[in-house]
Amino acid sequence: MMLLSAQNLSVRFGGVLAVNNVSFDVQQGEVFTLIGPNGAGKTTVFNLISRIYTPTTGQIEFNGPQGVLKLTDQPPQNVAGLGIARTFQNIELFEHATVLHNLLIGRHTHRQTGLWQDLFFTRTAREAEYLAREKAEEVIEFLDLQHYRDAMVAGLPYGVRKVVEMARALCTEPKLLLLDEPSSGLNVEETEDMAFWIQDIKNELGITVLMVEHDMTLVSKVSDRVLAMNQGEVLAMGTPREVQNDPGVIEAYLGSVDDVSSLRRQAA
Amino acid sequence: MRFIFKTNYAQDINLAKHGGHVFWYSALMLLLVLAPWLIAEYWLAQLTFVMIYAIAGLGLMLLAGYTGLFSLGHAAFLGVGAYTQAVLTNAGIPFPVALACAAGLSAAVGLVVGLPALRVKGIYLGIATLSFGFIVEEVLARWESVTGGNAGIHIKKPVIFGWNLNTGESFYFLCLVITVLATLGILNLLRSPTGRAFVAIRDSEISAQSMGIRLAYYKTLSFALSAALAGIAGALYAHQLQFISPDQFNILQSVDLLLMIVIGGLGSVHGVFLGAIFLITMPQAIAISKDFLPAAIGQAPGLQGLVYGVVLVIFVLFEPMGLYGRWLKIRTYLQMFPFYRKGMFKRQKSFQKSDRLK
Repeated sequence: MMLLSAQNLSVRFGGVLAVNNVSFDVQQGEVFTLIGPNGAGKTTVFNLISRIYTPTTGQIEFNGPQGVLKLTDQPPQNVAGLGIARTFQNIELFEHATVLHNLLIGRHTHRQTGLWQDLFFTRTAREAEYLAREKAEEVIEFLDLQHYRDAMVAGLPYGVRKVVEMARALCTEPKLLLLDEPSSGLNVEETEDMAFWIQDIKNELGITVLMVEHDMTLVSKVSDRVLAMNQGEVLAMGTPREVQNDPGVIEAYLGSVDDVSSLRRQAA
Repeated sequence: MRFIFKTNYAQDINLAKHGGHVFWYSALMLLLVLAPWLIAEYWLAQLTFVMIYAIAGLGLMLLAGYTGLFSLGHAAFLGVGAYTQAVLTNAGIPFPVALACAAGLSAAVGLVVGLPALRVKGIYLGIATLSFGFIVEEVLARWESVTGGNAGIHIKKPVIFGWNLNTGESFYFLCLVITVLATLGILNLLRSPTGRAFVAIRDSEISAQSMGIRLAYYKTLSFALSAALAGIAGALYAHQLQFISPDQFNILQSVDLLLMIVIGGLGSVHGVFLGAIFLITMPQAIAISKDFLPAAIGQAPGLQGLVYGVVLVIFVLFEPMGLYGRWLKIRTYLQMFPFYRKGMFKRQKSFQKSDRLK
């Protein structure tokens, strides 16, 4: 079943065509990965889906709780409520709050109380707090964050912050999770943990994952399908193995054989 | 040494986290209730001022300390509240109704001032609120038919449904009740989704938005709530002084309010009260010390401004978390005795995020 469908997406910043006519479908229950060299437009695609940017042309459809709707018509703050949560490449946590506090903020779309109920902390507000806490604790359990529950984010190491950010996204109970470079800045061991978690998110929680990633070991371990981009355009799409062997992709990363031979001639 | 063993989520949700809180805050309440019989009338009036400033400070703390929006014109909201209260009370409207109007009008003005906050941040918002402060001060001075202009306006004693609050004690109790209610309201907000949304906006707007928080709504709400509290404080201020004029709500008053929450400790409700105590006792302490200082220093004009400036610089340099931060360290020292280490509160410099112009 189609969950997210991007059709002919293009976005232009002044004279730069950051994304050029990109189309892809994400199926329910798969891990779909965007790869490509730096500046290929991967994060821009993410920002288009989370509505931080508006595409110049093209549209995005999302099969949300209210059926298929055009994501491009929605304001950015509605995206989380529809069931799309994201993490950021350069960690955007609420630094001067505890881990638990961060996760509770992730529950915002599920809030049941209004200003006045909050102001008087009515019985409804209290019960809602218990429920939010229980849900946050489930995520803490799932990602083994018990040890850091009451720690300030500002004092946490980078690797833990990455996990906290993923936990916060999970707290929104998304249908689609967007992970922007989940393994960047992590060591080998943490990257392996990340791979297990992504598989668990897909298999146990049944959440579809769309991620941007550079680490090909992680990509081939967890991805069902891979989309390779370069210069804002689609190079190849398919299983990790197919994409890795695609001549266009190899050329984008390593340069073509001709380039190398020309260099060789110059050297000689 | 105290060790809190958590067995229930309620321990994190309740306002009193453990028995110690219950004991100490009850003791504080008892002292405040008995204060009129314990201290002289002059000091009772000062205590009333502390509470009035604390109410305004709660509002500014919500805005600056928790939502991350700085206002350099907060005295204007104080002025709107004070003048509304004065005009309505003199027209014979009972105190509770007048107070509600003062808070409501101030909140409405806050809503309007909050609109630029949706677009501008940091220093630019500071300039916008600063100019707003000047506009209000000017309006208060020029709109003579209502405000009495620079000559000021006298305000009658508050009357609550036939109960005449004409003594210092009765007005003290009125302020105490309002302060306690305002504090509880703010604490409730902070432990619920609304308060968390404010904190989220303070720390990362982009991330708050992607968590589904409506930035426009919460920023305006923060401005409105903050202005309403300042309005209430202004109304009480007017009653306490019994005479108000536009120059009481000038930029110096705004700076005093900001100074109060910065010295108290940004991002803590305790800080509001510590800051208010500082703001009220400092001029007294300076006045007392004048007698002991050599005449050249003691009688020099601008001594108060100098002391304030020096204190602020010292706090920014050595205790950015303010008076509350200092108290936190002392408390931790006592709780952990003898295991307190010197570097415990040392702030880790983080280089992961570029220092964005907030």
